[in-house]
Amino acid sequence: MKKEKVVGLEGSFAVSEAVRMANADVIAAYPITPQTHIVERLSEMVAEGELDAEFICVESEHSAMSACVGASAGGARVFTCTAGQGLELMHEVLYIPSSMRLPVVAVVANRALSAPLSVWCDHSDMMAVRDIGWIQMLAENNQQAFDLTLCAFRIAEDNEVLFPTMVHIDGFHLSHVIEDMRLPDAEEVAGFIPDYKHPFALDPDKPVSMGCYGPPFIYPETKRAQEVAFEKVMPKILETWKVFGDRFGRYYAPVEKYRMGDAKIALLTMGSYSETAMLAIDELRAKGEDVGLIRLRLWRPFPFKEFREAVKGVEVLVVLDRCVSFGMGGPVCSEVKSALYDQQKKPHVVGFIGGLGGRDIPIEGFEYMIQSALEKVKAIERGEEVETEMIGIRE
Amino acid sequence: MGGEKLGWKDLELGCVVTEPGSAGEYKTGDWRSERPVRENEKCIKCGICYIYCPEACIEETEDGFFEANLYYCKGCGICAHECPRGVITMVEEVEE
Repeated sequence: MKKEKVVGLEGSFAVSEAVRMANADVIAAYPITPQTHIVERLSEMVAEGELDAEFICVESEHSAMSACVGASAGGARVFTCTAGQGLELMHEVLYIPSSMRLPVVAVVANRALSAPLSVWCDHSDMMAVRDIGWIQMLAENNQQAFDLTLCAFRIAEDNEVLFPTMVHIDGFHLSHVIEDMRLPDAEEVAGFIPDYKHPFALDPDKPVSMGCYGPPFIYPETKRAQEVAFEKVMPKILETWKVFGDRFGRYYAPVEKYRMGDAKIALLTMGSYSETAMLAIDELRAKGEDVGLIRLRLWRPFPFKEFREAVKGVEVLVVLDRCVSFGMGGPVCSEVKSALYDQQKKPHVVGFIGGLGGRDIPIEGFEYMIQSALEKVKAIERGEEVETEMIGIRE
Repeated sequence: MGGEKLGWKDLELGCVVTEPGSAGEYKTGDWRSERPVRENEKCIKCGICYIYCPEACIEETEDGFFEANLYYCKGCGICAHECPRGVITMVEEVEE
């Protein structure tokens, strides 16, 4: 430990390095902005013999995920990556590895969805795949992109998990930005991801059928089994993050807090904007305001226990969504509200939507949300209806 | 077919089926509302019904005629529709 060298690396290349160190056996991916550099770098690594993997050039993301399913069923360590429209084209096939319990690892460089066409970041793509049975976690910087991708293999392939896992990195904000980060070498990583053997990997000597026909007499039982298994993955995620922290000194948690001590007002963010939000919190704290930041590192399974713990004592929770759930507001805000519904004592929750299609939210934007939320809480207390506000929109 | 009695805890990981070829136990004949009935005296043994059956459940008998295996026959009626001699009539299944 601690031999790690500090390098300047683009977020995409940081992910590619993690996949190389994880010794992926099969990579099937289709290039799409802003994920292209990940798959480009991986194809170079395979071509140059730096990574002994099968690189399958596919004609679409639907084929990419289909190839991943087949390879994973064969017992391989499998990786893919995509973004935005590509994730949507994969959508149909994403259900297969989660229901067949195949631990495919995917990195998604979050991107807005058409129309109008946007290659820039928001969270619309990841929100559209939240109910599929993939583990979903988010990175805020390039170091985390590397760390979480490495951890994703260990988590997904744990025999008590065996669920596909997605690591979300914000498109461009991380994928195309060069940051300094600590990069361990292969020797230091060795052993962190144990050898993996799927209990039912396809084998002519031990034939099995996967993804069979499920008539009404059995389909609900399969979903119950899947849901119960998915509910059990949280301890294994925590275990991997603990082992990672002990080895590399960087610890991760499903819900991470920043300057939350005695905070009466909390901002909740996900992904790269959390770093801007921290600066906003610093400025507000300097002015003497009782504010803190809560970041959701893990989106699926939703960390109910850790989240409720994090908001204890908070009076106003300000939630930023980078996605619109049309007719509903913001998906993160509505889930946060449902997570608090049964609590005796809970904060007012005020939702905002911002950062759509790559629009920046400056530090003042976060300060505005907090001030505006306090006004909205007064309106709520007067019994008025308060709508989700989209910030930074020109009239 | 014992699948109807399986609870969710009985299922293998990912609902994998560990017994090869077990799909053959599934009785698709349950789906049938009409059964094919043949008048073999008109049959020329051309085998068109055998070729067209989408379930591949029509078998050739020892004397060269064709017969649907009713364990699998879904009663789609394609054999009756395609038969050039009008040998096959679809007759409604009635509960016994």
